[in-house]
Amino acid sequence: MRVAGKGLVDRSTTVSFRFDGQSLAGHPGDTLASALLANGVKLVGRSFKYHRPRGILTAGPEEPNALVEIHEGNQQTPNVRATVQEIFEGLTAQSQNRWPSLRHDLLSVNDLAAPFLSAGFYYKTFMWPRAFWEKLYEPAIRRAAGLGRLSGRHDGAVYEKAWAHCDLLVIGSGPTGLMAALTAARAGTDVILADEDARMGGRLLAETGQVGGQSGPDWVAGVLAELAALPNVRLMTRTTVTGAYDDGTFGALERVGLHLAPQADLPRECFWRIVARRTVLAAGALERPIAFRNNDRPGIMLAGAIRSFLNRYGVAAGQRVTLFANSDDARQTARDLHAAGIRIAGVIDPRPDASRSEEFPVYAGAEVIDTAGRLALSQITIRHKGSVTRIETDLLGLSGGWNPTLHLTCHMNGRPIWSPEIAAFVPAPNAVPGLIAAGSAAGMFSTARCLADGAAAARRALAEIGMSAPDMPVPEAEDGTYELQPLWAVPGKGRAWLDFANDVTVKDVRQSAQENFRSVEHMKRYTTQGMAPDQGKNSNVAALAVLADATGRGIPETGTTTFRPPFSPVSIAAMGAGGRAAGFAPQRFLTSDQASRDRGAPMIEAGLWYRPGYFPRPGETTWRESCDREVAMVRSTVGVTDVSTLGKIDIQGADAARFLDLVYTNTFSTLPLGRVRYGLMLREDGMVLDDGTTARLGEHHFLMTTTTAAAGQVMRHLDFVQQAFCAAWDVRTVSVTETWAQFAVAGPLARRLLSGFVETPAGLPFMGCAAVRLGGVAARLFRISFSGEEGYEIAVPARYGESLFRDLLARAETFGGGAYGMEALNVLRIEKGFITHAEIHGRVTAFDIGLDRMVSQGKDCIGKAASRRPGLTGPEREQLVGLRSKSGAAISAGAHLFTPGDTVGRATDQGYVTSVGFSPTLGAWLALGFLKNGRARIGETVRLVDHLRGIDVLCEVADPVFHDREGVKLRA
Amino acid sequence: MPDLIAKPPLAGRAALTLAGVTLAMADPGQITSVAPLKGQDKALAKALKVLGLSFPAPNQVSSKGDVRLVWTGRDQAFLIGAEPRGLDGLAALADQSDGWAALRLDGPGAGDVLARLYPLDLRAAAFPVGRVARAPFNHMSSILMRPGPDRFEILVFRSMARTAWHEAGAAMRALAARAALG
Repeated sequence: MRVAGKGLVDRSTTVSFRFDGQSLAGHPGDTLASALLANGVKLVGRSFKYHRPRGILTAGPEEPNALVEIHEGNQQTPNVRATVQEIFEGLTAQSQNRWPSLRHDLLSVNDLAAPFLSAGFYYKTFMWPRAFWEKLYEPAIRRAAGLGRLSGRHDGAVYEKAWAHCDLLVIGSGPTGLMAALTAARAGTDVILADEDARMGGRLLAETGQVGGQSGPDWVAGVLAELAALPNVRLMTRTTVTGAYDDGTFGALERVGLHLAPQADLPRECFWRIVARRTVLAAGALERPIAFRNNDRPGIMLAGAIRSFLNRYGVAAGQRVTLFANSDDARQTARDLHAAGIRIAGVIDPRPDASRSEEFPVYAGAEVIDTAGRLALSQITIRHKGSVTRIETDLLGLSGGWNPTLHLTCHMNGRPIWSPEIAAFVPAPNAVPGLIAAGSAAGMFSTARCLADGAAAARRALAEIGMSAPDMPVPEAEDGTYELQPLWAVPGKGRAWLDFANDVTVKDVRQSAQENFRSVEHMKRYTTQGMAPDQGKNSNVAALAVLADATGRGIPETGTTTFRPPFSPVSIAAMGAGGRAAGFAPQRFLTSDQASRDRGAPMIEAGLWYRPGYFPRPGETTWRESCDREVAMVRSTVGVTDVSTLGKIDIQGADAARFLDLVYTNTFSTLPLGRVRYGLMLREDGMVLDDGTTARLGEHHFLMTTTTAAAGQVMRHLDFVQQAFCAAWDVRTVSVTETWAQFAVAGPLARRLLSGFVETPAGLPFMGCAAVRLGGVAARLFRISFSGEEGYEIAVPARYGESLFRDLLARAETFGGGAYGMEALNVLRIEKGFITHAEIHGRVTAFDIGLDRMVSQGKDCIGKAASRRPGLTGPEREQLVGLRSKSGAAISAGAHLFTPGDTVGRATDQGYVTSVGFSPTLGAWLALGFLKNGRARIGETVRLVDHLRGIDVLCEVADPVFHDREGVKLRA
Repeated sequence: MPDLIAKPPLAGRAALTLAGVTLAMADPGQITSVAPLKGQDKALAKALKVLGLSFPAPNQVSSKGDVRLVWTGRDQAFLIGAEPRGLDGLAALADQSDGWAALRLDGPGAGDVLARLYPLDLRAAAFPVGRVARAPFNHMSSILMRPGPDRFEILVFRSMARTAWHEAGAAMRALAARAALG
């Protein structure tokens, strides 16, 4: 119910929204929680385990009960805190964890079974038989538990991530944060002030006290106006700083569009990484409840939250209010309510010496021992001066004191310190380098102290980075007493809730200690206390106080569990902003991309590159038909394919040849000018790193090509070798992969295609290269082949790539040839026994692939010594062989090889298949693979077994080169 | 005789203006990688002086008129906007003109766009006019330059131009949508 004349929401405007199908109204500035309370809705959810009816406990982000689903179109966001979600026109929220309805929830039978469902129940009950856990128990338990549900659809909404840098980051915009930000801002430093709330001001928006002679909200407005006008200040509302990381880096989640109906392009959330030289943590404090029997009913709320709803939102959450609080602070709630004309039925104060001079009844030395009311609180039972009394009430405010919001100070393994004075943990100094906790976050619980400490913290932070802040007065404000007398749990029968979110009671914690889970970390895991979405913000300190009592230790000795990032839940969608689907990785497109797509070629992802798979012709219905035709085309006429994806590295310098001798197993210093040589590169551990060709363009100038897959890896390797082993040499390397578009022209008619088109030097020999001209364009021509046919590769500056590809295709088609794609390229090279990274996958040696002779005896090279280690050569090695399906049945890569007659099993494994393809040239299924002592077994029969695809075929072991073993065609 | 047609990266792509920022493809002209050869430092410095340039320190740019020598890595700089005249034999020279796509961001909000693409501190004090960085543009390797207070130039691999444009555009669309909230 709204209270006339109270609150900061805009009552002149009405906003309608839906909760569980019911249309309700609120005002701009309302959270879902305040709007529900204003409409008299108290029951908002069901508890996690027992499905107990629950209401709103807090007015902030720590809310454990009021978690709802927000529905937008066909999407739904689960576990949204009603105390954080702002209402907007058309907002649709739904309660969760109940069936069929919130008021009648069938699983509330769990509550009757509570005696059996105590801590450790699942561990003890569902252990046997063991196999049942995965198949039966876990799925059933997961269905019954678990709060809200996802839509199960891709989240196509926009999310953002961004970086920000500043001199001073101020976390929290209450009195402490505002003074810190103002002090630093006036000093001219770059300041970021971040607050998770939609409106800055922190508790000043929820209190009636004066600041500097003004109302709290008026003073806040004045400070914000000054800050907003300064160019060196960035105000970030709706931004929760969620984690503290190395070097002054913080993660923060901004709710950009969650308070509005969805709009095109507007991000829902933005995940920030803020890098600050210094940070002031002014995150305030969180109020804690007191445990007693049935303390979890709708209508039981924290005392400070009641004050927030009244003063900020103008909402009275009840009409006959009681309070149960152990410090002076909560009295303010009663006074504010009383002043607003709301009846206070009694303040139950467990402190025997508590002041009773109020305008409402105060029961000093009393305790609440039970409550009544199934779906909403109707009555409390108190114990006062030895007698038991019942009081009719619809709203009970709880306060067991306040805990500083110190979570961020623990994110780098800092441990908080126990302060007996306020019976709470306070941050350890310098727990996070460069971060100063100030105000309530440091355990100072009065507005005046917060204001002064905020200014002091900023001044200290600035001094540390060599800047000075101007002197400025601290406004006068409330400096009340706190006088807390610790009370964690009221002794008595029945279930007294500690952790509302995970349904953990005092009894559970005591049982945990009894069963010897005495460490706070064990207790947490045994009872699940602190493991719910609120991460124990409402229950940690009380739970460990109960544990301390049960184990006879003090609270400081018991210690806390570890607070880890994030401070509050962060959606994965925000952290992975932009990374869904095609956004996962950059896409690399060839210059010929459009020309290939114009011909209907489907694209294959090769690393980040998109390469054409095949070029379908009319009438072809499967890729195999196209592939077979393209292979035959290259073998009989001429084919053109884009090979620009291969890495190209320009190597220059007087020691360039010497450098190549070091990185390649074979010798390059002897390579004549204008010639190309195949080279093999090893890693330092002796395994094959990559292969490729290198051309000598000049005396001190080489061009290395790498495989597409290893282009980056080889560049990095060269850089490493140069810096680590030959820094004094005169050698320079730079990638030119992207500079050149390069096309292979292969087939018996390749030379005819090129003659007249390219000024081909007469008789360019196999493995020759030359600078040529294509009209006015300087180009490079290489006579190399990856297909086994006479082949050329022609490279032009990338700007001419598309044009050259289309021209070459036109000529090829005139000759009866055409374009060929990756599928045909793969079959061609398998027929020829050429390897790719399917074969040189990182675990093979030069010996394994039959290229041991390429490791020069006459010189050293990277990896040579390691490749000579025992076990890396010899008959026990799996060696590269060719395989041919004997029956003509299809075979598969990834299959394993066995000796016919052996049982098929790990122990009898003889090797595996790396590449397969159907060879239209030989009319057979061919494969490359690795077979134990394979080279000595040529002509033998092996059994190829693929359990995944159900293939079991006999194959003949063959030389890996099936096609033109003598290389006659290459050298034609 | 073939008559090859030259096509710049993302040929025909119209400039995009949103939230006070304009994204456009740029043509930086000829780009040559210049890596000093051993023992040629003095001779190279002399030859560069003729061009009005000096070999830049890390993250720096030496420029004269439209010609820039941009630091791009250890012992490496890109000469942009001129032929590498007189540098033969003094430095390893490799043409890079076609290997890169150049994007330009102009406008007072350019820094906000880049804050969504780069993990760098681009405040004027940390990244003043004339500065360069080799830095990741989301997941792409890139060269980021600041020719003016509200102007940035980005070089990415030519093959990644489409992704770079898309991602810069997405950041701008999100910023424009934020700005529309008032």
